[in-house]
Amino acid sequence: MNVDVQGVHWLHVLRDVSLTAGSGRVTGLIGPNGSGKSSLLRCVYRRIRPDRGRVLIDGADVWRTPAREVARQVAVVAQDTPADLDDSVEHVVALGRIPHLGALGRLSAAERELVAEAMEMCEITGLARRPFATLSGGERQRVQLARALVQQPRLLILDEPTNHLDPRHQVDLLRLVRALGVTVLVTLHDLQLAAAACDRLVVLDGGAVVADGPVARVVTEDLLRAVYRVEAEVGHGSDGLPRIFLPLRRPGGTAPAVAARGGAAGGTGHAGTYDVSREPAS
Amino acid sequence: MTSSETGTETRTEAGAESGTGTRTEAGAESGAESGTESQAPPGSSARHPTAPSARGPSSGGSAAPPRAAGGRRLAFPAVLVLLAALLGVSLVAAVGLGPVSIPFADVARMLGHRLLPWLVPQAPGGPRAVIVLDIRFPRVLLGAVVGAGLAVVGAVLQAVLRNPLADPYIIGASSGASLGAVLVMLAGLSPFGPLSLPLSAFAGAMAAFALVLALSRRGGQVAPARLILAGVAVAALTEAVTSYIVLTTPEKEVRSALFWSLGGLSGTQWRDVGVPALVVAAAAAWAVSRAGPLNALALGDEGATSLGVEVDRLRLWLIVVCALVIGTVVAVSGGIGFVALMVPHAVRLASGGDNRRLIPIGALAGALLLVWVDVAARMLNRPDEIPIGVITAVLGSPFFLMLLVRADRRGPR
Repeated sequence: MNVDVQGVHWLHVLRDVSLTAGSGRVTGLIGPNGSGKSSLLRCVYRRIRPDRGRVLIDGADVWRTPAREVARQVAVVAQDTPADLDDSVEHVVALGRIPHLGALGRLSAAERELVAEAMEMCEITGLARRPFATLSGGERQRVQLARALVQQPRLLILDEPTNHLDPRHQVDLLRLVRALGVTVLVTLHDLQLAAAACDRLVVLDGGAVVADGPVARVVTEDLLRAVYRVEAEVGHGSDGLPRIFLPLRRPGGTAPAVAARGGAAGGTGHAGTYDVSREPAS
Repeated sequence: MTSSETGTETRTEAGAESGTGTRTEAGAESGAESGTESQAPPGSSARHPTAPSARGPSSGGSAAPPRAAGGRRLAFPAVLVLLAALLGVSLVAAVGLGPVSIPFADVARMLGHRLLPWLVPQAPGGPRAVIVLDIRFPRVLLGAVVGAGLAVVGAVLQAVLRNPLADPYIIGASSGASLGAVLVMLAGLSPFGPLSLPLSAFAGAMAAFALVLALSRRGGQVAPARLILAGVAVAALTEAVTSYIVLTTPEKEVRSALFWSLGGLSGTQWRDVGVPALVVAAAAAWAVSRAGPLNALALGDEGATSLGVEVDRLRLWLIVVCALVIGTVVAVSGGIGFVALMVPHAVRLASGGDNRRLIPIGALAGALLLVWVDVAARMLNRPDEIPIGVITAVLGSPFFLMLLVRADRRGPR
């Protein structure tokens, strides 16, 4: 499924944004806080209507397609899920079938199987009966992903899907997403993770696209300086992917240098190699 | 409030207000049969008045298996059939209970004779038949309709506002409806014939909703705590205006202040039942048909949108339909609080939060609850009546506090 964003303007947040996300590819959206990443995603999943421009999914304008029709093809893991949901995890995951069901529709046996499978894939089977409100942030994020998978989308939109996850679950999630073989549009703050997970990166700054291309061409010291205003060292690993090193010590300062990944200052301290292109080992 | 005031204001069966032209029980009796049984001499009632009221609330859903225990629940159709049967029996039993009590079998035969004359060719006639068929039965039926309507509105509002404390009485919609109805009654207008009253109450409810939602919006989102605060303020204001109008207007032009603030079903006639029954049935059916999107709203506007729900349009429609139900219900039964709050929560405890089940089960449970609460209202303080809202508040406010504490424990919102 092909996504084509054409000249989208929205308030002062998005300015003439155009990009394409190729069928079956993972396209990453990166950029500083407030650069318009989430707003752009909202335009794609039909939450906000652009003032100008349009979003085409397989050639069809999303705002000329019924909402339900769009939801049968596009699933979203958004950032701000309500935390006070009393429903059980199983129930929340099953909500993903809503666009496919009739008004009084009950889940078929096949659909219940689908729910169970998605929970298995996201490693939340053990939480099935727990009220959603009692979960940790990372667990909630995995529940939301399972709910999105149950939607059986052809386009998966992920807004910061890893921000509450520990490193293992970050890698697992991105491996899983890549293995699905659907078109993916994802925002990530962790540049190294983004570089490892995405086939292509689009950089937004101030609501406009400032870079767009293959990972190695986009993630450069110049980009980090121009867009993020940090002096970083970017090397390349044996896999050709960028390795980003963010020295905290200013030139001439005395503070010890701390290696951090992307924006996650004070992180694990080792800039490990992610290989999320591998199939999940299960 | 003294008992004599209560008597005149709520139009009791005992006939304290027979001058208003409504048919009261004592009036019917004495007119037809020189009062052999009027005013219920001590000991004439075989049933203990508190027994039914004790049964009432528990039928709203007490036996609550822990939410996590999945397999042991009754199947949904079985629950519906069971509740419907219970409601049927309750309707007949409730008709028999009042200042003049009439045996269950007699009531059943009278109703059977009226509804299926070929099946029940003979039934007791006379003044008791008048009480059963023209005074009590419409009242009990209306109670069921009002209870069902309030429960459906509560379930829908809690989902649509994403607020467990949402109740039309608490957030001011009921008192807005009362004010609308009172204003139209006062002006003596009836531009839409018999529909004028419910329509003006609908307009009042809609206006109160609009005001409360506007006041509780912060950054494009309805803030849960502000919703309740704004609702309480709007309710207090509109109720004060209603009371002022009612108290400064010569009697009988508008119904009593007590009716508008605490509700009541006495003096119900057959012509009061039709419109609310139709509106509640249609609204409940429509709400069930939107149950899937209502469930999706639990994920927030963002999440619901991504599941193909047109959130803003759905919310607007749901609120309009809720206001319509509130308007028609308040126009005939006044302001009955807490039913819309407690019934959906009790049902959620017993059978989960899925609106596809919650709305139909809640409608039946609400009907059941209000039928028995109304019995208690007639029986507890014979021959005077207690306003229904007094009983629902006694049952409901602990519920409200429990929910408040639980919401608190979830952390600040």
